[in-house]
Amino acid sequence: MHNLIKITKRADMKRSQEAIIYTVAILLSIVCAGLVLLVLGLDPVNIFRSIVEGALGTEMRIQQTLTKAIPLLITSLGIIVAFKMNFWNIGAEGQITMGAFGAALVALHVPETMPLPLVLLMMFVTAVICGAVWAFIPAIFKAKLGTNETIFTLMMNYVAIKFVTYLQYGPWIDPNGSGFPRIAQFNSNCILPKLFGVNVGWIFALVCVVFVYFFMNHTKKGYEITVVGQSVETARYAGMNISRIIIIAMLISGGLCGTVGMIQASAVEKTLVAGIANGYGFTAIITAWLSKLNPIICAFVCLAFAALLQGGTYIQISLGVSSAVAGVVQGLILFFVLGSEFFIRYKLSFGHKKEVA
Amino acid sequence: MKKTLAILLVLVLGMTVLFTGCGSGSDEAAGGDGTEPTLKVGYIFIGAINDGGFTQSMYEGAMKAEEELGGQIETKYIENVSDGDISASTDAAMNLIDQGCNVIVGCSYGYMDALEALANSGDYDDVTFLHFSGNKMNDTNFDNWFGSMEQARYLTGMAAASVAKNGVLGYVAAHPYTEVQIGINAFTLGAQAVNPDVEVKVVYIGTWGDAEIEKTAAEQLIQAGAEVVCYHADSTATQVAAAEAGDVYAIGWNYPQNDCGDLYLTAAYWNTAAYFIPTFQSIMDGTFKPQSYYGTMADGLIAIDELSDAIPDDVKAKIEDTKAKMEAGEFEVFTGPIKYNDGSVLCEEGQTLDRAGIWSINKEVEGVTAISK
Repeated sequence: MHNLIKITKRADMKRSQEAIIYTVAILLSIVCAGLVLLVLGLDPVNIFRSIVEGALGTEMRIQQTLTKAIPLLITSLGIIVAFKMNFWNIGAEGQITMGAFGAALVALHVPETMPLPLVLLMMFVTAVICGAVWAFIPAIFKAKLGTNETIFTLMMNYVAIKFVTYLQYGPWIDPNGSGFPRIAQFNSNCILPKLFGVNVGWIFALVCVVFVYFFMNHTKKGYEITVVGQSVETARYAGMNISRIIIIAMLISGGLCGTVGMIQASAVEKTLVAGIANGYGFTAIITAWLSKLNPIICAFVCLAFAALLQGGTYIQISLGVSSAVAGVVQGLILFFVLGSEFFIRYKLSFGHKKEVA
Repeated sequence: MKKTLAILLVLVLGMTVLFTGCGSGSDEAAGGDGTEPTLKVGYIFIGAINDGGFTQSMYEGAMKAEEELGGQIETKYIENVSDGDISASTDAAMNLIDQGCNVIVGCSYGYMDALEALANSGDYDDVTFLHFSGNKMNDTNFDNWFGSMEQARYLTGMAAASVAKNGVLGYVAAHPYTEVQIGINAFTLGAQAVNPDVEVKVVYIGTWGDAEIEKTAAEQLIQAGAEVVCYHADSTATQVAAAEAGDVYAIGWNYPQNDCGDLYLTAAYWNTAAYFIPTFQSIMDGTFKPQSYYGTMADGLIAIDELSDAIPDDVKAKIEDTKAKMEAGEFEVFTGPIKYNDGSVLCEEGQTLDRAGIWSINKEVEGVTAISK
């Protein structure tokens, strides 16, 4: 009995072929999303047009889109550094949360009269340290004991979120909040300024893109991280100190995520809340993966994703459709694009054709 | 590969034609009826408009206001906006304003700081912000509104005690926070007016709404002996738990929806149109002045649903009587002596709590045992 479909691993594929597969996947996802919308009794063309309009139609909408892209992009960059090493850092959510905690630690305790740049610098530094420490813990266990980093980093998320929840309900509760579980708002000397209507996090995000790109492609450490990712054996054979590389990469990864926490706490929330990471730590895994771990492509992918988020909010209001509709569209696009990875890595041969050796 | 791509492109084009064919016309209908509405009201909801609870009571009020003020109001809304982070509510408000809304109604306490920041930013002076349940306001465009829900809670407490033979009442509660504690305490006082020995068991679930958690908490209370369950949370999951238990009564909250058949005693709910209609009218008339509105049973914001026949007639009569007194301003829920369950005094003999006094409640009264989940 012949197998009807045979799955074989592909050798390297041409760039152009990859591009075609991706295009097909995106087109298919749009067709499919359109069909689903049609079944739901909605007008797909109107919805798609509204999503684009809602994300880019006015200055305010562009600002909203950019504001959403900032945390997504910096987190993705952090994840890229870890993923390049085949270190599955699922803990960005927790690293963001701890970064925000670090920023709040400074913001809630400095006097109101301290100059803004100094406060922000202190918040930034503590956020980086806290995020990095949160990443360091699973990294050292991986390096020294070979623990599974996926589970470890994932669990660290919940520890961080529960820790902030505890602060919010307990020691840091706002004494003027009638007992409502929340932490007081930061003073105005702890708030990141805006430039062109968007918090200056966007400049930092761009700097990070350049930094990660340069670091991964043009430094010895970056090269070592890539080598470890491709083959630990090769790295060891070449005499690299693998533990050290793992730890350095995770410190950078966690530090980047920590700054996201600082930006969100300072510019967006203006305080610390348990939900500060807002799922960005998980969404960023997708965007990092979709961008093939390339920091520059990543910037565009994150922008597209943020546009989809903002467009989703827009259609809820303008067309009165439920938030689930935007979710369906997003989900389908992801499903197809990620699904197409399969066709890039594997080859399907049909029917009774003889394999050519 | 190229062939597949070509086929797909044709498909997409075909679809586009098909879709445009189906969908046209929906756009033109909107602007067709001549006059532009004066007010575009944008609501930020914490739940879904059909949740049978809090958000539905807000939405129905919005619809009633739109109908009543015919043609002058256009309603826009956004559902499921988290109140745990300021970014979500800021984002929602800005998007509503971007789409032309000149009145923003924020329907959860947690939206307060976001709305305050927008109202005071100077960028939205022509937008009026109406915040439910908060305590902040300004002199021009930021107002807060709430009501004396303690009245309705008291009455439903009387109803609950009248059917609980063992005197155990269960209460699924959101956060251990003043607003919720006022409700618990009023409910308990009402119950004690019917049966002085009632025991009110409270479980704090740490969220305004999560049907799963609400239901588990209700089941926990039922297992602990509660013969009536009520709740301060957004869904009707507690009623569902009562219905599944089969012999436990339930009291609705926020919206008069019965999800447990004969076991439904009544509900304490918000008749939000009573606030929306006069407020929108005053904005249109240009006479609006921000206030800290506190609706009552008398002006209709606070209401209870029809009483079930399971409630004995004498108690029914007593409830109606108390209600009439409340409406006439002759009955205050928090009249001393009242003690907290840790022995400290909430209200001295002969003393009556005013609004500020009620809103400084921060513990549960005697007769309540509370645990946090």
